[in-house]
Amino acid sequence: MGSTQLPPGTEETLAATSAAAAAPGEPVEMVQLLGPDGKLGSDPVFSDYAKRIDPEKLRVFYADMARIRRFDQEATALQRQGELALWVPLTGQEAAQIGSGHASQPQDYIFPTYREHGVALVRNVDLAELLKQFRGVSNGGWDPRENNFHLYTLVLAAQTLHAVGYAMGIQRDQKLAAATDSNDPKAAVIAYFGDGASSEGDVHESMVFAASYEAPVVFFCQNNHWAISVPTEVQTKVPLANRAKGYGFPGIRVDGNDVIAVHAVTEWALEHAREGRGPVLIEAYTYRVGAHTTADDPTKYRESAEEAAWREKDPLDRLEKYLRAEGLADEAFFEQVKADGDELATYVRSTTHGLEVPDIREAFANVYAEQHPLIAEELAWFEEYSAGFESDEEAAN
Amino acid sequence: MATMTIAKAINEGLRASLNSNPKSLLMGEDIGHLGGVYRVTDGLIKEFGDERVVDTPLAESGIVGTAIGLALRGYSPVCEIQFDGFVFPAFNQITTQLAKIHSRSLGKLSVPVVIRIPYGGGIGSIEHHSESPEALFAHTAGLRIISPSNAHDAYWMIQKAIECQDPVIFFEPKRRYWLKGEVDVQNPGLSEDPFKAHVVREGTDATIVAYGPLVPVALAAANAATEDGRSIEVIDLRSISPLDFDTVEASVKKTGRLIVAHEAPTFGGIGGEIAARISERAFLHLEAPVIRVGGFHMPYPVAKVEEDYLPDIDKILEALDRSLAY
Repeated sequence: MGSTQLPPGTEETLAATSAAAAAPGEPVEMVQLLGPDGKLGSDPVFSDYAKRIDPEKLRVFYADMARIRRFDQEATALQRQGELALWVPLTGQEAAQIGSGHASQPQDYIFPTYREHGVALVRNVDLAELLKQFRGVSNGGWDPRENNFHLYTLVLAAQTLHAVGYAMGIQRDQKLAAATDSNDPKAAVIAYFGDGASSEGDVHESMVFAASYEAPVVFFCQNNHWAISVPTEVQTKVPLANRAKGYGFPGIRVDGNDVIAVHAVTEWALEHAREGRGPVLIEAYTYRVGAHTTADDPTKYRESAEEAAWREKDPLDRLEKYLRAEGLADEAFFEQVKADGDELATYVRSTTHGLEVPDIREAFANVYAEQHPLIAEELAWFEEYSAGFESDEEAAN
Repeated sequence: MATMTIAKAINEGLRASLNSNPKSLLMGEDIGHLGGVYRVTDGLIKEFGDERVVDTPLAESGIVGTAIGLALRGYSPVCEIQFDGFVFPAFNQITTQLAKIHSRSLGKLSVPVVIRIPYGGGIGSIEHHSESPEALFAHTAGLRIISPSNAHDAYWMIQKAIECQDPVIFFEPKRRYWLKGEVDVQNPGLSEDPFKAHVVREGTDATIVAYGPLVPVALAAANAATEDGRSIEVIDLRSISPLDFDTVEASVKKTGRLIVAHEAPTFGGIGGEIAARISERAFLHLEAPVIRVGGFHMPYPVAKVEEDYLPDIDKILEALDRSLAY
């Protein structure tokens, strides 16, 4: 790990036992705490982080995973009914998103790709706002500054560079804060991307920049095994987490369907970044159970047996088993979770119907921050053109 | 008043912005200790340190992409792309992200990034070092594109670009870097607004519009035309997007004839846009079709034949003759 400094003892332990150690090409170890059987295992580094999660927090994890899955079903239905132009389902990836999202602090800034609905939920983004993009009434929808949750970026991996630049800004702010004895909490950035986007040059460049300047950024790669129809093996011949070695910072593969391990690893990584020790790459090993989008048909390129095998590793099932076995949640809890999910679905459905179609004048108004003569000229033409129709209508009446 | 080259004027303009705006910073390849391959950032790292004059890894998409992130955090980054032909690795970040984030966020986010690009030919260089890609960016809404032709404008326009809340691409006429001129560092005068065209020579018989490296060529052609008794007006466009059609229109309504000259290929270029707009705005004032003088539809040719490619005094005079013959 070069000059990268880890917490005392961590580097040795990771090197000896954990996922960051494997040489490129070798099978990588995967950090897992909660197995598909619902039994809690241990890890020499990350069990200590997992111990910070109290039972109430575990119940929140479960409730959030269940709610976002229910939301995902509702959004898919809305697309099928013609209410959304497209939907990008997340089912299967709930633990990777809810676990990592909950590890972030309010002062951290999140750069999602376009499937991070679970992280959006954790960051308190109004999920109806999130649907604006997919209904075709906005290219964004929410105010990224309110929850430090950036707009979805559809050009793959472009946001990983924005994340590193933002982290470089945090570094400069923190130097300024240190000089002025400010008490602002230290912050970091999470850059989400997928196994497909990992092939984009911007991911490489973002990791080079992040390493060079030791920027406080956590690269969170959800390896969901499929980039639309192309399997991960076409993107990489080594475990994606191993790539971090080439840049000189830690890379960890974590069971992306294990919300406890995801939370522990992400919390460690964010602390590492916030404390000025540089970037971390997390590869959350998970699976896109559904289609890439509602326009996709996975039966064309993969076996249903593969999907069935991954359903056995379901992130919600294993946490439910654990909560029940340990007596941490009763039937009433699970019933309440289901009711909350249905309530969310109803809210989203009714709000989606009510989403206002914007006026194209809103588009004119936001091309530039400052006055621009061509915009003014074209808007003036459009107003005159539109007014012509109105006077025609008046004449007809 | 001080006499300085265009390169030095940009250097002084950057220094003034770094002094006045603590959130401004420079980033690019070799801009620190080397001072840039054209020395435009010479000495700035000593004065402002490596946090504000950042030698970046050799990756153009990385430079622009991280600049966007810094801008989202409240900084005003000024990126240097080393040569015109090397901007394309950053084309995606510039056109799909930088240009669109303000619009995408419905105005909630601004990304005041400046991208400095030395551009144009005439320096006898190898492939990718002599191009004029401004039209590719002008076609993208959300960007502003300006290009100074003299030292005073260079000094003030770079500062105005950094102050602007929109992304600005600042094309530097690299073969004019050593052109000296008077700079009034106290008073911008007409340079206050970087998005307005300037009438740099008044005339009555025809108008030549040029920008960046061709402004001195257009002026020389106008002077040569006086030998034939022609009175030629010359407009320095200064801004390519937005484009100050009002100034061009007013001139054409006076002269009735228009020549547009740029180094970039004429096909799909800025000249065509000007011709179309002026034909709409001043059709009945035109005594002749608008004539374009520009590069051919070919990759920028090898240095030993670039003289045949570049617009020069004779090509502009030939266009004037054709226009005046109508």
